Amino acid sequence: MLAYTLKRLVQGVITVWFIATATFIAMHNVPGDPLSNDKAVSPEIRKNLEEKYGLDKPVMEQYLIYMGNMLEGDFGISFTQQNRRVNDIIREHFPVSAILGILAIVFAALGGILWGALTALYRNKLPDVIIMFLVILGISVPSFVFAALGQLTLVNVNALLGFTLLPVAGWGSVGHMIVPSLVLGLGTMAFLTRLMRSSMLEVVTSDYVRTARSKGLPPTRIFLKHQLRNAVLPVITVLGPSIAAITTGGFVVELVFAIPGLGRYFVQAVQQLDYTVIMGTTVFYGAFLVFMVILVDLIYGWVDPRVRLE
Amino acid sequence: MSEVITDSGDSFTRSAGRQLLLLGLLGVAGFALLMLVLGWLSGLTGSSSGSADAVDAATGTITLSLSGEPPQLDSTRMTDQVSGHVMGHIMEGLLRYDAQNRLVPGVAERWEITPEDAIFHLRDNARWSDGSAVTAADFVFSWRRTVTPSTASEYAFIMFPIKNAEAISNGKLHPDQLGVRAVDPRTLEVTFERPVSYFDKLMAFSTYLPIREAFFNSRNGRYGADAEDLLYNGPFTMTRWVHGAHIRFEKNELYWDKDRIRLNVIDMPYITSDSNAVLNLFKDGKIAVAGLDAETLDNALEQRWHLNRFNDGSVFFLEFNHRPERLTHNLNLRKALQLVTDPGELVFKVMKLPGNLPGESLFPVWLRGVDGPFRQEYPAPQHRVDFDAARRHLELAKQELGLAEMPALVMLTGDNPISNKQSEYFQNVFKKTLGIDVKIDKQIFKQRLAKMTSGQFDMVMAGWGPDFDDPLTFGDLFSSWNANNRGRYNNPELDRQVRIAQASLDPKTRMDAFAEIQRIIYEDAVILTHYERGVVYVRDPRLQGVVRRAVGTDPDYTNASIVDS
Repeated sequence: MLAYTLKRLVQGVITVWFIATATFIAMHNVPGDPLSNDKAVSPEIRKNLEEKYGLDKPVMEQYLIYMGNMLEGDFGISFTQQNRRVNDIIREHFPVSAILGILAIVFAALGGILWGALTALYRNKLPDVIIMFLVILGISVPSFVFAALGQLTLVNVNALLGFTLLPVAGWGSVGHMIVPSLVLGLGTMAFLTRLMRSSMLEVVTSDYVRTARSKGLPPTRIFLKHQLRNAVLPVITVLGPSIAAITTGGFVVELVFAIPGLGRYFVQAVQQLDYTVIMGTTVFYGAFLVFMVILVDLIYGWVDPRVRLE
Repeated sequence: MSEVITDSGDSFTRSAGRQLLLLGLLGVAGFALLMLVLGWLSGLTGSSSGSADAVDAATGTITLSLSGEPPQLDSTRMTDQVSGHVMGHIMEGLLRYDAQNRLVPGVAERWEITPEDAIFHLRDNARWSDGSAVTAADFVFSWRRTVTPSTASEYAFIMFPIKNAEAISNGKLHPDQLGVRAVDPRTLEVTFERPVSYFDKLMAFSTYLPIREAFFNSRNGRYGADAEDLLYNGPFTMTRWVHGAHIRFEKNELYWDKDRIRLNVIDMPYITSDSNAVLNLFKDGKIAVAGLDAETLDNALEQRWHLNRFNDGSVFFLEFNHRPERLTHNLNLRKALQLVTDPGELVFKVMKLPGNLPGESLFPVWLRGVDGPFRQEYPAPQHRVDFDAARRHLELAKQELGLAEMPALVMLTGDNPISNKQSEYFQNVFKKTLGIDVKIDKQIFKQRLAKMTSGQFDMVMAGWGPDFDDPLTFGDLFSSWNANNRGRYNNPELDRQVRIAQASLDPKTRMDAFAEIQRIIYEDAVILTHYERGVVYVRDPRLQGVVRRAVGTDPDYTNASIVDS
């Protein structure tokens, strides 16, 4: 178990290094100039800017300097937020994205498991038809539509009530979190529902469930221990990547609900070619994703005794 | 798969259903608990914000949203509009603009400007937020820092009227040799590189703000990075800056003219560029002002709100690529395209956002001339759409270029709804009237800039916003030496007029030169002007005295007050 974990961690570090290198190469080959702005600057001022950001050095040297700093945990200073360190940007904004992401993923996982089990239980009956229709909607409608709709609904509800039931946008209290996290988790929940449903249907027809039933076990035990527990495995498998996807994919929701999450900085950095922020956020998110996948694998071994981690 | 479990199915389903319900309830309870915990956690780290009303007369508080976060608030390096807006409330330069957009005393109580130099007399009651006096040395430090090469200020050029500024910026002289001197703590002396007729107007520009040296040095390179990394001398101080989330101004009790300021708090707990979100906040009564775009305008009209309009001073146009190897180097081709362009149709039938004005000239309507508005004293050349003349010019162009058919032209444009609409409209017009194919090349910001700079286009959707309150901020745009002249237009006669306007101190001579530039730009079809940008916004009727302006702090709430309705 320990050896396995260590092995996976070493693999993870190599993956992150690869991500960093690939991003660095891609970033320097994207057309466009990180120092350009609406108003052109004279060659002399441009030279000053290049020196300041170390862009006057050969790319290979820049790469080595960058990797060296990264090993020391220093992502450098943002090009656009000129006095802020990328470390500070991540430290201040990732917790916000994480809180939003945790809520969204918990909501999505709970909902997905429950609805999935329910639809499997009432297969081809009315609840199944209704929920599966909603699931199709949830999967096909992009999150910015849900975000806009969710906010509009809030405005209308508040107007109807005559007082602020839930704030329309902003961040800082429980009230601010509810709608954005639901909106953010909706797509994943729909996806997990479908996954859970098919997995549940497979389990229901399996030999061990039939055996359990013929042994005359109480329905509670069959349902919880034999069906749910086994059916939930595929859901756990995709949970790791889902967490990363939700935490990084909050850009639109953050924009619409004026939430100071990292997603905004991540996307804006790419648009503005803010080299240090692109590198910092990509490496950070990359490491986060790798870590989540390893974590899920470990949890998997714990939930499913058939899997032995070696 | 067959229905395997039907035998005892019903009772099993009921039992399982009950368990699911129970699990569901547990899940909801757990989710709620988790939310409470996280809510408490985020309250510890972030801002607890955004439930106050838009306007609160009792406390003198207004709540607003910001379209973006200021990248940083070091005046020597700032370039963007949001920073300018924030700085205009928390800092004050030697001069400032009043509610009628007149230049009035700021830190300087009086000043004398001659062709060679300027002397500013600072008032004795101008204070920093730590209580110390604002002195001439604070200006000297800040201005020297702007032109120091290692500062890498993008706006260093705005200091170039000062003696030696350009040479220092290019690393040829030491920053100490900048032509600015603190004669005594309350007297600032500026020596000019060349005579400048608009130097007083520059004094209200944010790059010319003062910085206290001792405080700057105490911040270890973090000056302007956070609320506590700044000293304030303006009408407000910034008491809170949670990055990406929340900015709060409170009335500065040390401000020398504090009796003029009637708002106590300006709170900005929402930072988003999403126009729908902004409108929703306004609808919900949470913010006092909301900007509208084409998308949200209809929604606002349905609410029967009073719309406010204002021209933000910038001009948008189609810029041709004048490099000799390009087809658009040919005057007859440009003329043909000019003669089928109808800015009125673009503004009223295509863009349909009230506030935009059809573009008639590179010089927008708000610029001042000798005595009155420049455009009244020197009207823009008459433009008339003429399809027949356009076709004649096109034929001539084909002959000159030796082409039987005009190849497709590349139109470079930004990737946003406005540019999309515009470029598709012109693609259609050029095809229908002249049979010219236009290939639209949509690029995001930096990529578009890169292509503009390297000249990979025939025409590009471009625009220009003013830096200071003088026609020269537009007038020198197409001079051959201007790095922003990305179409590389090169005309010695236009250059000559720009030099006259730069060097002369006589208003009439200068305005005549600008009129010549206006004429050349039209007759040579250097650009095809499209529109002067309008801004449409809704405002809570209880908030009065908001000043909008093309140059300087915009929007300006320093003169605003709350009226009880």
